[in-house]
Amino acid sequence: MSHQVWLHQLPHIVAANAPAANHSVDWFHQLPQNIVIGLEQGSLYALVALGYTLVYGVLQLINFAHSEVFMAGAFGSYLVVDAIVGNRHLTGAAVPLTVLAGIVSGAAVGAAVAWILEKVAYKALRRNGAPKLAFLISAIGASLFLSNLAGKLFTRVQNNAFPTYFNVNHHVFSIGSADVSLIVLIIIATAVIMMVFLDRLVNKTKLGMGIRAVAEDAPTAALMGIDIDRTISRTFIVGGALAGVAGFLFGTAFGVGNIMGFTPGVKAFAAAVLGGIGNVRGAMIGGLILGQAEVLISALPFVGAEWNDVVSFAVLVLILLVRPTGILGERLWRAA
Amino acid sequence: MTEAARPTLLDVVGIEVRYGAIRALKSVTFNVGEGEIVALLGANGAGKTTTQKTVSGMLRPTTGYVAFDGARIDGIPAHDVIRLGICHVPEGRHVFPRMTVAENLEMGAFRFRDVDKKEFERVLELFPRLRERLKQQAGTLSGGEQQMLAIGRALMGKPRLLLLDEPSMGLAPLVVAQIFEIIKEINASGVTVLLVEQNAAQALALAHRGYVLETGEIVLGGTGQELLADDRVRAAYLGEEIAAS
Ligand SMILES: Nc1ncnc2c1ncn2[C@@H]1O[C@H](COP(=O)(O)OP(=O)(O)OP(=O)(O)O)[C@@H](O)[C@H]1O
Ligand SMILES: [Mg+2]
Repeated sequence: MSHQVWLHQLPHIVAANAPAANHSVDWFHQLPQNIVIGLEQGSLYALVALGYTLVYGVLQLINFAHSEVFMAGAFGSYLVVDAIVGNRHLTGAAVPLTVLAGIVSGAAVGAAVAWILEKVAYKALRRNGAPKLAFLISAIGASLFLSNLAGKLFTRVQNNAFPTYFNVNHHVFSIGSADVSLIVLIIIATAVIMMVFLDRLVNKTKLGMGIRAVAEDAPTAALMGIDIDRTISRTFIVGGALAGVAGFLFGTAFGVGNIMGFTPGVKAFAAAVLGGIGNVRGAMIGGLILGQAEVLISALPFVGAEWNDVVSFAVLVLILLVRPTGILGERLWRAA
Repeated sequence: MTEAARPTLLDVVGIEVRYGAIRALKSVTFNVGEGEIVALLGANGAGKTTTQKTVSGMLRPTTGYVAFDGARIDGIPAHDVIRLGICHVPEGRHVFPRMTVAENLEMGAFRFRDVDKKEFERVLELFPRLRERLKQQAGTLSGGEQQMLAIGRALMGKPRLLLLDEPSMGLAPLVVAQIFEIIKEINASGVTVLLVEQNAAQALALAHRGYVLETGEIVLGGTGQELLADDRVRAAYLGEEIAAS
């Protein structure tokens, strides 16, 4: 299965969300609505970007299979939600509880797949001091394996929408001329809660301190009593959980498919680099900026939504030209 | 070779340590008694750092063994060795540069569930300069301040045995004197110290005993006074120093 075919087939995020094209309405009138869409998209990028940046921090490695962790989270939560909903019509408290089940199962499956991924694809290489290139090949291999495995296992659910147990487009409220639909609200709220949670985890808990210490200076972290292997493993788990939740949210909004991870994965990776790879707050900011830039720039009259991906990477290149280490990135200096 | 006057806390027996094909330590044997300061001297590349890394579990000996308090510890990974009360201040300080001074000190207490507030206070009393800089990023500290932080961080782990690898490296003479004074204080409070130094005269003046390491082997051992009086030590290590200072 080739990525190209899929890219043409999948309804574009912006296209799917944007209000019906109305050429008499200019860019400024669409601005509030587009900011909401940019926030929705940026939140998803940020959640996935965090996984790239966390793993880069502890391993100085881009985990290219991370996009498949996102996909796995989407499929895992799909199966759970599908089992709950079945042919029933959910009402009342059953709806938010099912959303919660989706979030939790997405997180659990994402975490589990990321954990296994580290054990299978990276740990032996790390133990034997393999060169960086070996990790890259292993990452790409794992990525292809996972997306093909999902393709084989879930022939039934290719590019399928989640069961419709609530009206994702249900209009919740408006801010000025910007309409906020239920799914947009769920995505933004969940992402914000998870980012606040992660920020606290990284800065205030022992696990977070351990992750930061290993990222800064692993041998010295070991001298402090930190088990490097266990910390790396837990870093994958945390990043995987975030990606799994993003997978559930994305799947609910846009459907699931075995190569659904590719485009969001590449964008989230770009967001992590944009924010300064290795920097947790940078990944959040990078994701949000990329989401906004993509929507706002493609909405310009002479650009258009089909330029969406081009815009993302143009923004990335421009920012890196000015700040080669990314927005919050510092030169990674190490004590001699 | 003089025996330790007190019960031994650390026994290093016939260790060979390799980096791939390179044999950094051939056969190193020495001991450190409870409550002592023992200096380990030697030229660049003699194997001093390698010896300390083997004690703290960062490296494993291919032959021989390391015993702490009578039990073998070689083969225990570094993150578990610290739980025995062996804290290592590595060569080049290695503070966590993007963490604050306070966070670095907390990292030193990582092996405990909670940071001991009293210990934290005690470290800041020992190093008042750190107190003024608690919120500063450690990477922006001066070399001397970083060394103080690295030692303070190790103390937060409540060591029984403190391994210090060239604490005077790159520091002004006044700061070196300060650091050595503090090492004395730490030792007086009951911490055993294994001190690696190039600064032989000062190290031997401070230490109860010392050993001289040459290309992976111990060639000399004795009390600080004995070594200071030894012609070979004077020629090899003190001659340079007298010329330099
Ligand atoms: N990681 C390594 N890989 C290969 N060889 C190493 C490594 N580390 C040390 N060596 C070698 O082992 C020998 C002992 O090194 P070590 O660092 O223990 O010396 P040292 O006595 O601490 O020297 P210095 O006073 O310069 O710090 C040296 O010949 C060194 O080149
Ligand atoms: Mg050394």
